[in-house]
Amino acid sequence: MARYALRLVAIGYVSALLLVPLGIVFRRAFADGVGPAWDAVTTPAALHAFWLTILIALIAVPANTLFGVVCALAIVRRRFRGHGLVNSAVDLPLALSPVVVGLALLLLYGRGGWFGSWLFDHDVRVIFALPSMVLATIFVSLPFVVREVVPVLREIGDEQEQAASTLGASSWQTFWRITLPAIRWGVAYGIVLTTARALGEFGAVSVVSGRIAGRTETMTTHVGERFEAFDLVGAYAASVVLALAAMATLLLMTMFQPREERTR
Amino acid sequence: MSAQTAVAGAHPVARRRRSGGLSVGVATGYLSLIVLLPLAALAWRSMEGGWSAFWDAISDPQAVAALKVTLLLSLAIVAVNALVGTVIAWVLVRDAFPGKSLLNMVIDLPFALPTIVAGLTLLALYGPKGPIGVNVAYTKTAVLLALLFVTLPFVVRTVQPVLLELDREMEEAAASLGAGRAAIFRRIIFPNLFPAILSGVALAFARAVGEFGAVVLISGNIPFDTEIASVYIFGQIESDNVTSAAAVSVLLLAISFAALLGIGGIRRWATRHDG
Amino acid sequence: MIEARGVTKRFGDFVALDDVSVQVPGGSLTALLGPSGSGKSTLLRVIAGLEAPDDGDVLIFGENATAVAPQKRGVGFVFQHYAAFKHMTVWHNVAFGLKIRRRPKAEVKERVGQLLELVQLSGFAHRYPAQLSGGQRQRMALARALAVEPKVLLLDEPFGALDARVRKELRAWLRRLHDDVHVTTVFVTHDQEEAMEVADQIVVMNDGRVEQTAGARELYDEPANEFVMSFVGPVNRLDNDWVRPHDLELTRESNGATRPARVERVIHLGFEARVELELDDGEELWAQMTQEQCEELDLEPGSRVHVRPRRARTFASTQP
Repeated sequence: MARYALRLVAIGYVSALLLVPLGIVFRRAFADGVGPAWDAVTTPAALHAFWLTILIALIAVPANTLFGVVCALAIVRRRFRGHGLVNSAVDLPLALSPVVVGLALLLLYGRGGWFGSWLFDHDVRVIFALPSMVLATIFVSLPFVVREVVPVLREIGDEQEQAASTLGASSWQTFWRITLPAIRWGVAYGIVLTTARALGEFGAVSVVSGRIAGRTETMTTHVGERFEAFDLVGAYAASVVLALAAMATLLLMTMFQPREERTR
Repeated sequence: MSAQTAVAGAHPVARRRRSGGLSVGVATGYLSLIVLLPLAALAWRSMEGGWSAFWDAISDPQAVAALKVTLLLSLAIVAVNALVGTVIAWVLVRDAFPGKSLLNMVIDLPFALPTIVAGLTLLALYGPKGPIGVNVAYTKTAVLLALLFVTLPFVVRTVQPVLLELDREMEEAAASLGAGRAAIFRRIIFPNLFPAILSGVALAFARAVGEFGAVVLISGNIPFDTEIASVYIFGQIESDNVTSAAAVSVLLLAISFAALLGIGGIRRWATRHDG
Repeated sequence: MIEARGVTKRFGDFVALDDVSVQVPGGSLTALLGPSGSGKSTLLRVIAGLEAPDDGDVLIFGENATAVAPQKRGVGFVFQHYAAFKHMTVWHNVAFGLKIRRRPKAEVKERVGQLLELVQLSGFAHRYPAQLSGGQRQRMALARALAVEPKVLLLDEPFGALDARVRKELRAWLRRLHDDVHVTTVFVTHDQEEAMEVADQIVVMNDGRVEQTAGARELYDEPANEFVMSFVGPVNRLDNDWVRPHDLELTRESNGATRPARVERVIHLGFEARVELELDDGEELWAQMTQEQCEELDLEPGSRVHVRPRRARTFASTQP
């Protein structure tokens, strides 16, 4: 029957493309037992990469969350020239290749870049250092909170906020007591997506960081580096860590999922 | 302030308040600094050597080959996604079986998993030491697999909500008028899904042409064969040919946007019946 | 004749239809009338083949259609929310059934033209449903259902989504249409005024069962039980009797068969006047009379009057 055929295609496709490959990686990572895998992810280089990734996320995610809420409020509740431009600009990071993002940052902050000489003169290292990696990560993970909050703001309308101000609430009070609670699930979902994107960033960071082992490696570039060094167990073990983070992300996404995307 | 606007000309529709304001300033400032400025630098620097250098960069045989491979493969995966993505969305909305919600959750894996790890997983199964004896590493098939992986969720997630909201009564009306299941799908369901499929296709295409991490391990990056545009650009950066890299980047962006505009146009035509 | 025989339908634990039998004479306009949850829509959908009954049969002009798919039953169905094919123009919506049957182009063109004229939508052929008003969309839905010359036309609360004025207009229009076209028609409604105004025969349903099947007059004057009586028109409860407000006679003096009461409120509604009363034992009633009669009695809040039912009905199962 057609129903079973469709079901088979769907499940088969997803398994062959996503699930089975992922399973193999798990198996290979622990092929020699948990010991070697654990050792692989606790080398100094791996640990440094781990903490650096966390640090970058701890800067990028809050920044984009704050921006996301403010920008969503501007887009939905304010009328201004360049409204369409802001709307489109927010979506740009989704349409750009990460390598191109890295290149753009390089051309701005790099040695020959627009700010390059000023930075060099003031001994500020951006490229091949943490700041550029943070900027790259912020760039690529920018849209998510905005895109999740905008529809929620549109849907709730501003009548509640108007009611609050007629009752004497200031802008800040209205925001804190009325708007924010109404959008909190959209924000939460956006934060989950932002974090996942930040942790998973590879291309842009590869370009701007110089991938200096022990200094400017993130977990993702570390995976690539281990692979190139033919240390497959190391690569797989680090992948497992990232995959576990991805699964946690999936669970959180399911929990905070906006109503429109639920299946009945 | 808002109390005044509330009194002066009350208007039941949620309307935007006075123009300007702190939020707009902060939003545009942040966007400019983070996104627009670097892109401006990219566009400007791509023209550093003038038109001739730009032209030389984008007509370099290796660059052209990389762009060709990228576009061809992206179009191919778009076709596959349009079909399979719709099937998966259909199964998730209209079918019921144990594990369906797990399947629904797993669809988002490509959004959650770093691209480099995605590439590694595909290499593990479909590469030289793969357990099923299939080895497509360093071939265009490998690139296809990687692109399919990262673009899986797009069409599914754009079609799903439309399918959920689809008025079942339209299908019942068609049945009462004599239409069989195939006719109902062809004449009623599909036309209503088409715009959503197009949206998903647009997102998938934009993602595919720019993909880097998932492809870089498994494709071997063989010039004129499996080297895609983003890998070529990366190579140019590493060789310190940043102007050339910038030029090819700008071309890639232009092609992407043209494709998106085209798809957007088709979508607008397909939804002309919306009131 | 269309017939439902002993139809039972359950949704989980909920019994939507309980051994329901209904006969619809060919060429008539029958209403299925009842409150929400009475099973009237379910019955209609069972007749259409959109729901399969757990028990019982559906016969369409003598043939047992119970196992037949909706595509093959020859029924026209009109939905409360129109179910317009929103991606097709009005013309294509109406032509749909004909195109499915692969009728020749010329025939389709002629028939669609005729129908659009019948429903007065000729100028709207190339618009999309989203560009039409609710009333226009429903007329389009009717034209669409009639295009394939159905044996029976089924309408599920066809005017429920429209505003009051449009509803009244379309009601009258439907009656005229039926008089012209003579298709056996069954429509579902919760509005008793609508049923009484439009239908030849009314089937009153409640809780998955048929309470009474009769014409409007009989339903009003000789209701089978208290449910029908109170559903079909306003009613007062006086001890064990059920009395229509306009059957409550008010007099200033007692004449033996009357009961004393106090006027609580007098409401003037143009031609009509309503008098809210309270009997000495606390029971509350209201009487309906003409403005003239009210003036003759010179009533105002606090006046003492005497009431007597001109006509009353008693039902065996009445609980005190």
